[in-house]
Amino acid sequence: MSEITQWSLHRLRGALREKEVSAVEVARAHIDAIGEAAALNAVTTPTPERAMEMAEQSDKRLASGEGRVLEGIPLGVKDMFCTEGVASTACSNILEGFTPPYESDVTERLWQAGACLLGKLNCDEFAMGSSSETGSFGAVCNPWRGNGDAQLTAGGSSGGSAAAVAARLMPAALGTDTGGSVRQPAALTGTVGLKPSYGRCSRYGIISYASSLEQAGILARSVTDSAILLGTIAGHDPRDSTSANIEVPDYESALKDGVSKMRVGIPKEYSVDGMPDEISNLWKQSADWLVEQGAEIVEVSLPHTQYALPAYYIIAPAEASSNLARYDGIRYGKRASADGVDELYGRTRAEGFGVEVKRRILMGSYVLSAGYYEAYYLKAQKVRALVAKDFDSVFEKVDVLLTPTTPSAAFALGEKSEDVLALYLSDIFTVPVNLAGLPAISVPAKLNGEGLPLGVQFIGRRFDEVTLLRAAKTVEDSAGFDATPQPWWTS
Amino acid sequence: MSNTYIKGSSGDEWEMVIGLEVHAQIRSEAKLFSRAPTAFGASANSQVSLVDAAMPGMLPVLNRFCVEQGVRAGLGLHGRVNLTSVFERKNYFYPDLPQGYQISQYLHPLVSGGGIVIRPEGDGEMTVRIERLHLEQDAGKSMHETGNVSLVDLNRSGIALMEIVSHPDMRSAAQAQAYVRELRLLLRYLAVCDGNMEEGSLRADVNLSMRRPGEELGTRCEIKNLNSIRFIGQAIEFEATRQVELLEAGESIAQETRLFDIHTGETRSMRSKEEAHDYRYFPDPDLPPLCLTQKWIDSIEANLPELPHNKRTRLIRQYRLDPYDADVLTANRDNADFFEQVAQERDAKLVSNWVTGDFFGALNKSKQSINESKITPQSLGELLDLVSKGDISGRIAKEVFAIMFESGSPPSKIIEEKNWKQISDIDTLEKYVDDVIVANPDKVGQARNKPQLVGWFVAQVLKASKNQANPKIVNEIFQKRLKP
Repeated sequence: MSEITQWSLHRLRGALREKEVSAVEVARAHIDAIGEAAALNAVTTPTPERAMEMAEQSDKRLASGEGRVLEGIPLGVKDMFCTEGVASTACSNILEGFTPPYESDVTERLWQAGACLLGKLNCDEFAMGSSSETGSFGAVCNPWRGNGDAQLTAGGSSGGSAAAVAARLMPAALGTDTGGSVRQPAALTGTVGLKPSYGRCSRYGIISYASSLEQAGILARSVTDSAILLGTIAGHDPRDSTSANIEVPDYESALKDGVSKMRVGIPKEYSVDGMPDEISNLWKQSADWLVEQGAEIVEVSLPHTQYALPAYYIIAPAEASSNLARYDGIRYGKRASADGVDELYGRTRAEGFGVEVKRRILMGSYVLSAGYYEAYYLKAQKVRALVAKDFDSVFEKVDVLLTPTTPSAAFALGEKSEDVLALYLSDIFTVPVNLAGLPAISVPAKLNGEGLPLGVQFIGRRFDEVTLLRAAKTVEDSAGFDATPQPWWTS
Repeated sequence: MSNTYIKGSSGDEWEMVIGLEVHAQIRSEAKLFSRAPTAFGASANSQVSLVDAAMPGMLPVLNRFCVEQGVRAGLGLHGRVNLTSVFERKNYFYPDLPQGYQISQYLHPLVSGGGIVIRPEGDGEMTVRIERLHLEQDAGKSMHETGNVSLVDLNRSGIALMEIVSHPDMRSAAQAQAYVRELRLLLRYLAVCDGNMEEGSLRADVNLSMRRPGEELGTRCEIKNLNSIRFIGQAIEFEATRQVELLEAGESIAQETRLFDIHTGETRSMRSKEEAHDYRYFPDPDLPPLCLTQKWIDSIEANLPELPHNKRTRLIRQYRLDPYDADVLTANRDNADFFEQVAQERDAKLVSNWVTGDFFGALNKSKQSINESKITPQSLGELLDLVSKGDISGRIAKEVFAIMFESGSPPSKIIEEKNWKQISDIDTLEKYVDDVIVANPDKVGQARNKPQLVGWFVAQVLKASKNQANPKIVNEIFQKRLKP
């Protein structure tokens, strides 16, 4: 394994600027790493030719002193993003081979900044899942095995992105976060996972699962790297009516300020029954680190937290049932052979969608049906408003919230696929953030007794990613987490 | 308002109760949520954006211009423009509906309430109340070919429509037709819809139920997608008769959606209430609520043109026109504007006769619109001035007009070229008179006892002068000369 793949994005950027390495060398090293990591099943569509082509362009620019913010940085992108000329399938059979003639806004910004595409990354089908097992490309393997040798989940739905970053196949990757799909895999793979505020980035060209909840996110190896990437992908896009037309701060330079006098809230409702000691200890430890750096800890209450998960599992499927109606076999993607249009729909969708997607379409159709709409969908929207109000009132007293990211470390592949509720519960700490449209970040802080990474989560005020990143940087610095998984997959 | 009842075979009288949902295509170069063009008659699937085709990850962006047109229409209907309205998704599967849902407004429409004054044929004025006006997307078009093949054209997909829903205030086919006619006129005045029903720019769904006068409302049927005023009348008449026959036979009406067959003039069932879709409406999460400011609405209101009903009333009052002429002149905003430009400081009755008579007649014959004509308000005004000054006779004026209509030449030039200027000079006219009197001594004798023969003498002078003699003065001279 080349040493280059160990470098963070920040380090790579410096090395490229100083001509310590060329973009082509950097791309080559990561392409090789991807080639050796088939066992992880993190990459669905590698794009080595494109990566090399883009890297050559970057070298020319770097040589002539025209290097841009991410010049020569190779990145991977979750298969939920539409990438022009490269298969974009949401890891679903229904979009098998679908190659869009357009580019998502967020990825367009990356290429405009000089980054190059290494490939598309595995995830749960249509980003519906918490274990990256439901996609048409099969399950993603967590590079971490800890002290055991069982295959573990990399979390989900952005499990491919998290695994690829943790395994040093790429310095950073894009994911999407609808209920925790960036933060939960980050926590389970020892990476940093950032979900920006709803509206901070454009959703144009992201294959939609649940419009009101989802946002592009970043998986990286440091808070600084996340800040650099956020500065690139954030910004208003007139093609997305939900993107906010507000200024994008310089996140990277904002990191210099620490947490002195910062008020950090600890929501008591996140201390759930049966929480493993390793999680509550890490939570406590993180609070102590912040105090050492001058922050003030305040216990706060978010009383409607317990209703967030059920509300999420009404709203997200409701939107999904409608968002996925366009996959009908008429215009693109899979079409089953059938007599008549009703049969065409039925067969195409029966063959094209997997079990979890079908489950959510059914749930979503049900909660929107005449006679059930008020009892489910409308009630869930009321709960959503209350959850958001909880956060609003807490943020009058504190600047940022500190919580665990997940209720446990990585679990075994297949362990929860039969127990859907147990799987849904792994998003219990991340889902409220999406309901309220807030920014949040997961930072790796230590290994548990089995040698598996654990993360803590910061939740910020809407559009205040700066405070969030400062707090995260402080814990990152104090924790000094530098463990890496043993590269078992290369053998 | 007079009620027209239908007599059933039992001899009972039945009253129709009619409400209409009109879909009016907004006159906009781009679609409601995409920038794709909207021209009529383009080749199939040539006006389809990634959004219209519902490609993965594509998002709707509301067209501000279309909202403005909806607000104009709402204000024209005297409705209340809601400061917040919400786009919702109406979910159903159909091959010409690429998203699998139509973006429409449901619980929170753009406009609530309103009304329009209509004048049904053979009836007085009445007001039809408007329930709501909302914005929505049109679907594409499916064409079912032979050989188990269906084709889909998405050019219409995403085109902006206003759905205008009336209260069930109409009681006859004539009223329903008058309503659509008046609504179309209003939308055309506001320039928010071209109203071309044959191109599908304006379509009506008719809701109709029957009851014995004074009874509660009966069960209604909805007749979908009627695209001419004549079909609206036919469909209503057929459907009313059908329902009365069923009711008189003691059967009940099934609430259902029906289609009108333009070939047979009949309606037939499309789907029953049980088969009706559950559309699973919910607010579109890709579109924030539409929030307007009162200031913006006020600025739109301040720039509204005079509406047809007001214009008609004003023309009758200001120019003392009879209602029929006022109708003809206000049937089109350009016609009324033309009339008013000519009528400034002129005899309005004369102008109205010329505009609605000779001018509209010639336009009809040549299939021109008023704006395409070579006749301008200035040139017609000049012509009428020449008549009133006595420079030309009314009869010559008609000939001048015909030439103006063809060539666009100014009337003075035509008169000069043709040497048609009217002769009003007494000496010259006396000479013509003398000639006729000298040439017809016997008639002169008769005329002294029979004053009505004066007309014959005048005609002789006109003939001799090639219609240039001023008939009024010639008449006066003869009256004097042929006095008994």
